[in-house]
Amino acid sequence: MYKPLCRTTVLLCGLLLAAAAPADDVAKGLQIAQEQKARDTGWGDSESELIMVLRNAAGQQTERRMRTLAFEMPDDGDKALTIFDEPRDVRGSAFLTHSHPTAEDDQWLYLPSLRRTRRIATRNKSGPFMASEFAYEDMTSFELEKFAFRYLRDENCNDQLCFVLEQTPTDSFSGYSTTHVWLDQQHYRVQKVDYYDRKNSLLKTLTMHDYQQYLDKYWRPHKMTMHNHQTGKSTDLLLQSIRFGTGRTEADFDVNALERAR
Amino acid sequence: MTSPGLHRCLRHPWWALFFSLLLIALCSIGMGKLYFRGDYRIFFSPQNPQLLAFEQMQYDFNKSDNLLIAVVPQDGNVFTADTLTLLQQLTEAAWLTPYAIRVDSVTNYQHTEADNDDLLVADLLYDPASLTPDSIARIKQIALQEPALVNRLVSASGAVAAINITVQLPEKDQNKEVQDVWQYMRQQTDDFATRYPGVEFHLTGVIAMNHAFASEAENDAKNLVPLMLLGILVMLAWLLRSVTASFATLVIIIVSVTSALGLAGWAGIFLSTATINVPTILMTLAVADSVHIIASAQFALRRGDTKLNALHYSISRNLKPVLITSITTAIGFLTLNFSEVPILRDLGNMTAAGVMLACLYSLVLLPVLLLLLPLKAGKATADTHGAMDWLADTVIRYQRLLLPGLSIFILLCTALISLNKVNDEAIKYFAESTEFRQSNDFLEQNLSGFTLMDFSVNAGQSNAVNQPEFLAAVDDFSQWLLAQPEVTHVNTVTDVIKRLNKNMHGDNQAFYRLPDSSEQAAQFLLMYEMSLPFGLDLNNQLNIDKSATRISATLRNLGSKELTGLEARALQYMAEQYPHYKVTAASAALMFAHIGERNMASMLKTLPLALVLISLLLIFSLQSWRLGLLSMVPNIAPALVGFGLWGLISGEINLALSVVAGMSLGIIVDDTVHFLSKYQHARQEGRDAEAAVRYAFHSVGRALWITTLVLVAGFGVLMFSGFRLNSDMGMLTALIIFIALLIDFLLLPACLLRFDNPREKHHV
Repeated sequence: MYKPLCRTTVLLCGLLLAAAAPADDVAKGLQIAQEQKARDTGWGDSESELIMVLRNAAGQQTERRMRTLAFEMPDDGDKALTIFDEPRDVRGSAFLTHSHPTAEDDQWLYLPSLRRTRRIATRNKSGPFMASEFAYEDMTSFELEKFAFRYLRDENCNDQLCFVLEQTPTDSFSGYSTTHVWLDQQHYRVQKVDYYDRKNSLLKTLTMHDYQQYLDKYWRPHKMTMHNHQTGKSTDLLLQSIRFGTGRTEADFDVNALERAR
Repeated sequence: MTSPGLHRCLRHPWWALFFSLLLIALCSIGMGKLYFRGDYRIFFSPQNPQLLAFEQMQYDFNKSDNLLIAVVPQDGNVFTADTLTLLQQLTEAAWLTPYAIRVDSVTNYQHTEADNDDLLVADLLYDPASLTPDSIARIKQIALQEPALVNRLVSASGAVAAINITVQLPEKDQNKEVQDVWQYMRQQTDDFATRYPGVEFHLTGVIAMNHAFASEAENDAKNLVPLMLLGILVMLAWLLRSVTASFATLVIIIVSVTSALGLAGWAGIFLSTATINVPTILMTLAVADSVHIIASAQFALRRGDTKLNALHYSISRNLKPVLITSITTAIGFLTLNFSEVPILRDLGNMTAAGVMLACLYSLVLLPVLLLLLPLKAGKATADTHGAMDWLADTVIRYQRLLLPGLSIFILLCTALISLNKVNDEAIKYFAESTEFRQSNDFLEQNLSGFTLMDFSVNAGQSNAVNQPEFLAAVDDFSQWLLAQPEVTHVNTVTDVIKRLNKNMHGDNQAFYRLPDSSEQAAQFLLMYEMSLPFGLDLNNQLNIDKSATRISATLRNLGSKELTGLEARALQYMAEQYPHYKVTAASAALMFAHIGERNMASMLKTLPLALVLISLLLIFSLQSWRLGLLSMVPNIAPALVGFGLWGLISGEINLALSVVAGMSLGIIVDDTVHFLSKYQHARQEGRDAEAAVRYAFHSVGRALWITTLVLVAGFGVLMFSGFRLNSDMGMLTALIIFIALLIDFLLLPACLLRFDNPREKHHV
């Protein structure tokens, strides 16, 4: 009895909101995004193993393997270190990013074949990550300052009631004109994202699957599927394992530590 | 040959009219299902090996359908603040082109350079407002030294630049998608042309070609069909001298065309650059049936028959020849079914169906219309008959000269056939007056050709593209390609890797070479790929598991022989030097280069079959082996002479011309049938060959002259098409039909007098 009634109320509210002035939608959008960010704050650090499965339009596929160490920065963007394991010829390459809410992210790559670290000095972040359908900007840490938000509507997704938000990147170097994000209203988890390219055509859709909860609070999807509507290619990002509280410090995410990362 | 059914129609004209209209309506409703396709793939069947190779390459790498915009500043220098600003803005605008997935230009070229331990990756020109003489000089220096740019996106002289847009069409409604892309860019270049006066823009590439296919077909439909209708009206008025008769013929022609188009619609056939001219061809062919029937009726009216009797007489006289000639014409067009080109098969089937419908309407509907409408006898034209009698006398007098003389002429022309060579270049399908052709010709002279040939080199194992030996092979092949005289530019991943190796070693020029290990190559590419913007990745050069790379060669605009020759040489080079790698070649141009040969081969195989079928039909209908076999001379000779003369006129045989022999055979047979059946009729009445030839000339000479005139005019109208497949086909068919008439008038009687003369035999 309680649930359907609640749902109806929310739906009604949603309808009312949709009819309200756009300024309210902007405020509500930001409010939802703030709640989303708040619910994913405080996880500290994590270490995960990932497999990327790339598929072309003909269905042929190939794999990439990597590990990612992540470190939460309370007043800045997160820091992340990705170590590549496969393919073999890039094994040991380590990609360090310090993301920033407003400034450009810092990126370094340690190349074992040169035994040297190179800084990638570019504002580009919309190209394919390891030739997959994910772009660097799809994977970097979620910062409120990177987008302008607008609440669009309520809608069911994956059998849950979701908010649909419009997120418009503030960076002119983004590859997208806008994105539409579906967040479930219970846990504020991203369920689906539609990416629109610069000419406002639907480019890609990201769907999240198999959410699991960690530390009784933080939800992580164990499968993310990015489908490119224009080329028919797709990529699965599979989370093999994830651990929190690994005891790493900020020093482990320093440029000078890159060469030690294995 | 009589048919009680046809005569019964005349007794119940309103019922015949009703059922005819019902049939016409049922057929014609299908026209609503017709749609138009203008893309180049309609030339290829789904099993075409070159199409399959092309599609495989598009699966492995990204699509390569493109629109290339050449930017030509008046001052002959693209490295000025103004033109660079224009290029940067137009590049940005190009990203908004419908279905665009990639845009390449001088300004968004991802320049890499080293700065201590930093790898800088950025657009060569990002902010036009910041341009200074120094930065312009720097951009010029970098652009003119970059192998990926020179001769592809900027000319070596710096006079012309280009922006290449790669599109991925969803292929749901190809024609509309092509139009969307074209319209958008056309609008943009028009806007830029007003903002930057003095700058010229040329559009080319696959999308421009598809657009040109569609727009030339539209021009044909808009210009040729009305022209044809007008021509037919003038001719009918002149020939029949009766408004009613002309009107009735026009009705037959139009309902034949709408019924044939409607049937095509029901059959799911679409309109295309080839089938758009079915109405023109059909009108031409349908006229003949009506003219024969009306002429006979008018003849009977003149001798005092009632209208009903005159029509009965006409049907009895014409049933057999009209039916036989329609069937032979249909057979000729049905040989197109053996063509490798789907749209030519459609052309054949639609025309064959239309010809049989025209035959039916001429025999059923036309007499009924003539019965119900007022019909005058028309004026007899004694002058032509006089001319025909004179011609008969002349042929009989000079028969001993004509036979050997014409035989030698035919043999000479046959020898000239060797001057022809098969050549299919999509670009040359368009007349020099068309915008597409002019843009391409300009580009070929000032930047590079439009012809591409893509090679895929596959090592058969994942990540092999990073191996030094593989990269060395690809580099060697790329150098070999670039050294070929036909090649103007080679886009290869080895150029990128060499540049990265240099960047990774502090921009030391000595390191502008392939890296030493697969780890280095892989890691440099990893780094590079992480720093590229949306759409400018390497997925168009490397396949998904990095087991293969695509090398794109830009060529001078070549003939199909030269193109397939280069393909064969390249594949042979790789097979000899690097037998362990699998190399394939593919491109739209290559598909066209092969289709001509494949089509010619299959058409040559079916020609004897058509000839045998038609000859058997003639033997059966004339019920004479001797006349049937004799008929092969005037049936074969026109095509031999026509193609021989074509060797002198043009010498290029494209797709459409390879079907002309079969197609025209069915049409020219008609003249022979009419002439021989009259000749035979006279012989059976006991006259000798000479008198029979005179009789044939007198009774059917004028009709043959008229129908030939109509046919030559009809196919001649196609010569006004801006699309050479249509104009060449029209010209050669008209030529062959005219030659056929000459041969029927000069050689056939001479043959008959020589070989069908019992008296002569006794002398020998």
